[in-house]
Amino acid sequence: MAFFKKAEKSGASEKARTMSQDAKKAKRSSQARSLDRKKFFGDPIMVGAIIFLVIFMVLFVVYPIAMLLADSVTAEGRMASVNAYYKENVAGRVNDYNYEKNDVARLELIKNRLKDTYDASLQAAKARGAEKPREEPEVKVLRDVYNNANAEYKDANSAYKKAVTGAESASKGSILEFIVQMFKTLPRSEAWTHSRAALKLYFSSDNQRVSVSAFTSLTTDFGFKDAFKNTLVIGLLTGFGSLAIGFLFAYVDCYVRVKNRVMKKLFDVVSLLPVVSPPFVLSLSMMLLFGRSGLITREILGIFDNDIYGVKGIVIVQTLTFFPVCYLMLKGLLNNIDPSMEEAARDMGASRWKVFTTVTLPLMLPGLGNAFLVTFIESVADFANPMIIGGSTDTLATAIFLRITGGTYDTHGAAAMAVVLLLITFILFMVQKYVLEARSAATLTGKASRGRMLIEDKSVTTPLSILCMGVSIFVILMYICIPFGSLFKLWGMDYSLSLVHYKDMFAESGMKAFKDSFILSIIAAPVTALFSMVISYLVVKKKFKAKGFIEFTSMIAMAVPGTVLGVGFIRGFANGILRTGFMQGIYGTGLILIIVFVVRSLPVGTRSGISALRQIDKSIEESAYDLGAGSGKVFTSVTLPLIKDSFFSGIVTTFVRSITAISAVILLVTPKYLLITCRINEYAEKGSFGIACAYATILIAIVYASILIMNLVIKYFGTSRAVREAQKNEQ
Amino acid sequence: MNSEKKGVFIDHIYKIYLDPKTKKEFYAVNDVTLDIKPGSFVTLLGPSGCGKTTTLRMIAGFESPDAGEIYIGGEPVNALTPNKRDTAMVFQSYALFPHMNIFDNVAYGLKLRKVPKPEISARVFDMLKLVGLEGMENRYTNQLSGGQQQRVALARALIAEPGVLLFDEPLSNLDAKLRVYMRTEIRRIQQQFGITAIYVTHDQSEAMSISDNIIIMNKGVVAQMGTPRDIYYRPANEFVADFIGEANFLDAEVERTEGELVRVKACGVSFNVARPEKNVESGEKHLVMLRPEGIRLAEKGIIPCKVLLSCFMGSYQLYHVQTADRVVKITDNHPVGRRVFEVDEEAFLDFDPIDTHLM
Repeated sequence: MAFFKKAEKSGASEKARTMSQDAKKAKRSSQARSLDRKKFFGDPIMVGAIIFLVIFMVLFVVYPIAMLLADSVTAEGRMASVNAYYKENVAGRVNDYNYEKNDVARLELIKNRLKDTYDASLQAAKARGAEKPREEPEVKVLRDVYNNANAEYKDANSAYKKAVTGAESASKGSILEFIVQMFKTLPRSEAWTHSRAALKLYFSSDNQRVSVSAFTSLTTDFGFKDAFKNTLVIGLLTGFGSLAIGFLFAYVDCYVRVKNRVMKKLFDVVSLLPVVSPPFVLSLSMMLLFGRSGLITREILGIFDNDIYGVKGIVIVQTLTFFPVCYLMLKGLLNNIDPSMEEAARDMGASRWKVFTTVTLPLMLPGLGNAFLVTFIESVADFANPMIIGGSTDTLATAIFLRITGGTYDTHGAAAMAVVLLLITFILFMVQKYVLEARSAATLTGKASRGRMLIEDKSVTTPLSILCMGVSIFVILMYICIPFGSLFKLWGMDYSLSLVHYKDMFAESGMKAFKDSFILSIIAAPVTALFSMVISYLVVKKKFKAKGFIEFTSMIAMAVPGTVLGVGFIRGFANGILRTGFMQGIYGTGLILIIVFVVRSLPVGTRSGISALRQIDKSIEESAYDLGAGSGKVFTSVTLPLIKDSFFSGIVTTFVRSITAISAVILLVTPKYLLITCRINEYAEKGSFGIACAYATILIAIVYASILIMNLVIKYFGTSRAVREAQKNEQ
Repeated sequence: MNSEKKGVFIDHIYKIYLDPKTKKEFYAVNDVTLDIKPGSFVTLLGPSGCGKTTTLRMIAGFESPDAGEIYIGGEPVNALTPNKRDTAMVFQSYALFPHMNIFDNVAYGLKLRKVPKPEISARVFDMLKLVGLEGMENRYTNQLSGGQQQRVALARALIAEPGVLLFDEPLSNLDAKLRVYMRTEIRRIQQQFGITAIYVTHDQSEAMSISDNIIIMNKGVVAQMGTPRDIYYRPANEFVADFIGEANFLDAEVERTEGELVRVKACGVSFNVARPEKNVESGEKHLVMLRPEGIRLAEKGIIPCKVLLSCFMGSYQLYHVQTADRVVKITDNHPVGRRVFEVDEEAFLDFDPIDTHLM
């Protein structure tokens, strides 16, 4: 059989060989491409997953942000001319066509003819001697015509009025709204001409008035100026502060011999805290300890009007919140420095300090820059801390929130601010991701060849350990403060224990808050984990066109502050997609909150999924594929079980991030849903610290419990369990 | 074994990669045509980067050919994904599923085919017995030695009774002794099943010992296809001769053909060589290939030479000698009781026409 085919085929390829070289090349590459395409599309599960993800990303990441950008540049300036055009051409159409006049005249005409005919038939009937005239066919027809004309006229009239008013209101919004409105209400051909004309006007070169009016109005806005300045100042200070403390911790951990076991444990606890703590816990305890009625400032130091609100409060709290992030990043880098480099310097006569400044520090420089930027971004994007401890000091994130909630519902101004905030984080993120991250990895490649000689010199170890100890104890103290805050009757006045705050909490629908938060987060968790595993699988293992897009958008969500995403969702979905009313239904529902949770946690899950997947040999999946499993089956039977641990921790991480999230959801939540974090914010704002602490205490308990459960699940159902057990049996 | 043996026919396939830096096209596989008979054991042999693995992966379906068509059992399979092709591959890294025990690993292919459970377990146990892994079914892959893992991989590939079995350098992660043992095992099992096998390796002794046919590839093209014997004694070109075993070449000019012999002149001496399959005309320039073990160093002989290196290697005496033309390598096996030539001594190369090959 093969021989038969061979003969037939080689004839064909003989012909092919006579083709010109170029044509042959083109044909060759196109065959492989079309085959790959055919194979690719022969796999409906994967194609479906990709299409779904692309739609999801476009709709819930790209679109809201695009909407923000569009809004902020399409401001009144350019719209003014569109508005003028509207008044001149569209609104004027009322007089030109004058539906009313024409139609009234036409109706009159028909009515008169109807009357005439009717009279005529009446006459005829009388002449015939009948009492009532017969319904003449002509009368019937005329009546129908009249009725139809009347209805038509009414419809047209109301539609037109709707169009006119719609267009008029839209002409004050964005060009996009204007066009959508045109198409929604006017006949298509007219909508086309008007839209084209409007667009032309909108982008015409002499229309220089412009475009960034929302921004120009921002520049004269003192609230914005202050917020902008505060954001950057706080970001810088927090960045440097976290970097310093984080580096200190990392250095002590990697270079200094710490005999004390407790110290090592403290390090672990402190590095875990920011992951598990709700966002404003530190702010709350900061106020409890150092505020106007603070335990330390008032009771111990006797200062009555200590002001920790404002920039310095925010910086302290953020530094304490974010330095563990620096610590973990820098620890990894320090461990990668080959000790022999430092030993070489030491061997050539450099003092320990000299080694530190000439070898260790320069090697760490890109890594330090990287860690600095990461905390800078975190600080700039942080909403909860400035909200609670900022007092009258606003950062961009809180200013945006206040724009929207502060009575004016100025989403337009909020959008412009959100764009500024987005630009800051986006630029920092790009620098961090594509310049520093690569460079810091490049200078420190590979693992240390062997253990490092730790510093035992007491004159170095003692001060460093005391410093670290001090910071750790302080941080832990601040966390402990929260449950106490919930148990004391009235902080600052009456330090007797009582459960009154818990009682109040549950009396004021506390249960509902827990239920809502819990349910929404528990739905978001597995969805996000699954999405991020599928995304990382596609990114690591497959080749397809939309890969770059999916990878980029899932990462970029990391650079988008929650507040910005919140405003984007408001602008994007409050009136439906593109303000057409389509999908408006999801706005204000639990679904949109879940979607926000998913989008916010996706980058973290994807990143861990990607690193887990990179460790799996490609041929393991290929062998399953080769044995007859389709791509869906390969994923569920081989890939997923191998990254189970990462999957479980993805679920829990998302759950924790969601239940403690506030920045984006606080803008989108409706009274239908109560969220724990929003309640804490509310009570803290009101000054009811007791109830805020009660909420926070239970929230911390929930978060801790879920992490414990995760560890148990991984222990008993994780990837390695069966393997471990089998090994035990062997022994 | 109830599955049908399938042949593989590869018709003028190409695989072109674009070098991302230079933007130049690189022909990983360049116009390769192969006809692999059902039930035969064929090895793709070549240096790294010669396109052998790419060819194998195209047969499995992991890569698509840029031109040409692949037929498995007479059916064109270009448009089929790997899971729809009747092939099973044994990977270099074994690619066992670390989260499954040995039983589940082997049973994987059958479960996909929805074979009833009792049948699965019966077949898995039979298969484990066949590959010598009875009683290991509850272990995990990291509790097995390299050789055992290799057998699990083989069992897993065989159990679904594929039409064609593919091996991608399956023994390269094993130590030398185990490699020799496993290759005889693979050959034994392949013979027992009578399954078509395509085997990729860069180890020539592996290829020689295991195959019915060897395909030598170089730079994306097939350099020669034939039985191990053919390839060793009658290499098609200098590359093949050099790649398989060691070879000496002499530039020779054909003088005339005499029956089964050809009279050639090389190093200023006329001598007879075996007549090759292809036609040679007098006056043509050709290469004479001599294997080191096919030459004797003697006081009297055909081509005069001078000893450059004389070295006792245990089972043989190694010589490098300078002829008028090139340096020639000679291995004198089991040299006990024969004269050993020292460096700088004058001697002659002596050989029979049957030990020569004119290329």
